[in-house]
Amino acid sequence: MSLAVEEGEFFGLLGPNGAGKTTLINVIAGLARADSGSVSVLGSDVARDYRRARRLLGVVPQELVFDPFFTVRETLRLQSGYFGIRGNDRWIDEVMHHLDLASKADVNMRALSGGMKRRVLVAQALVHKPPVIVLDEPTAGVDVELRQGLWQFVRRLNRDGHTIVLTTHYLEEAELHCNRIALLKAGRVAALDTTQNLLKTISGLELVARGRDGELSRIKLKDYAELEAALARLRDAGVEIHEIELQPPDLEEVFVRLTGKERGREP
Amino acid sequence: MTGFHTLLAKEVLRFWKVSVQTVAAPVLTALLYLVIFAQALEGRVQVYDGVRYVSFLVPGLVMMSVLQNAFANSSSSLTQSKITGNIVFVLLAPISTLELFGAYVLASVARALVVAAGMLATTLWFVEVPLRAPLWALAFGLLGAALAGALGLLAGVCSEKIDQLAAFQNFVIMPLTFLSGVFYSIHSLPPAWQAVSHANPFFYMVDGFRYGFFGVSDFPPGASLAIVAASLLAVSAVSLWLLKSGYKLRT
Repeated sequence: MSLAVEEGEFFGLLGPNGAGKTTLINVIAGLARADSGSVSVLGSDVARDYRRARRLLGVVPQELVFDPFFTVRETLRLQSGYFGIRGNDRWIDEVMHHLDLASKADVNMRALSGGMKRRVLVAQALVHKPPVIVLDEPTAGVDVELRQGLWQFVRRLNRDGHTIVLTTHYLEEAELHCNRIALLKAGRVAALDTTQNLLKTISGLELVARGRDGELSRIKLKDYAELEAALARLRDAGVEIHEIELQPPDLEEVFVRLTGKERGREP
Repeated sequence: MTGFHTLLAKEVLRFWKVSVQTVAAPVLTALLYLVIFAQALEGRVQVYDGVRYVSFLVPGLVMMSVLQNAFANSSSSLTQSKITGNIVFVLLAPISTLELFGAYVLASVARALVVAAGMLATTLWFVEVPLRAPLWALAFGLLGAALAGALGLLAGVCSEKIDQLAAFQNFVIMPLTFLSGVFYSIHSLPPAWQAVSHANPFFYMVDGFRYGFFGVSDFPPGASLAIVAASLLAVSAVSLWLLKSGYKLRT
């Protein structure tokens, strides 16, 4: 696999279970060792120059993990210390404010709900202000309110220049936020392009027309310019159009075509 | 402040936050051993000339607690972090293998010293124990705690479940400590068992530590210290090698 994420991108890693998304992230984060090849974060090799690479990287792990001995603030202070940062309370307060955690600052981690624990995981990944942020399924099992708040904050970080790498099973999230997407399949890159191009080149538009007799006609269009010709074809075929619908490109279709997986089979 | 200092502070905080379980309980257990064994065996077991059995017992029990608590600290902390998954926060940080090793082992030494201080502070009120060579006692206390802490780290790296760790504790650490001469002088043993005791590295720690109090020992203290230091180096080298390889930590 050869993959380069540009600085400042909001990049999506998509693929079915077992495609290698989390393995790839673990190799980037130093949690797993690659059998061969190399990975660099902003020019620093994750194995040879691991200290610099890890300082440049903030990782939100997929599993809901926490240390039950500490409060939220203690957890964030410890995480800052692991990166050699002292007196980080101003930034910790800011991160807690944006993630709506301020009221839980002195609450033990054990006493938090799952959603709150997820917010702390995000905060932990941000304590050292990393230029590259990796989010591994950040919204799995998270309620709608948190999901929206989280995306607002992550988009703000991206606007401020942070590079975001995201894995998700929610295709609409990838479609909404990512500038570029890599679709992984069995450890390989099955497709890599901007979100728009993936939608345009693979999916296209679909014209769905219902005749007076209720029969459905479907015509694939490359773009809106082909609409008039498509309608003319329907008229020539004697279809009396009763209802008409233009379906926009959908990342789900791209996903299904490239990976051969129905979305319903995903968790 | 580096990652090493923070990890060390976190490991010390971790046991201190539950000090009833990690400090007070071991002190109480050791005191119970002292009361029961002293009552049952005073006058029946021959130890050093002019040394009462209850006095002889105190340094042995302190060293036993040092070894058991140093082992328990690093091993349980690492195993629990692996089981709950929060070890990931340390693995994601720019902390080297040596720093990780040092932080876990020094936190173990800190817990062992607190337990030892607690035991001495409570027993010295009612048992007279001299302190003839304090530097020897300190050297054996520190090296013994570090060796047990490093062993604990090794066990923590290898264990994936609490019962695997318990097996290590019950079948390796407990027999080695109980058969190290805590409750008797090995000179009172038959020659065959004396030879067996000499194969137990914990014997040299207990015997050397006791030398610091009474100025008498079963084995020359200099040779004991060399054996303990060599054991510490060997266990540290294996632990560091395993940590560096990522064995059961980084896939």
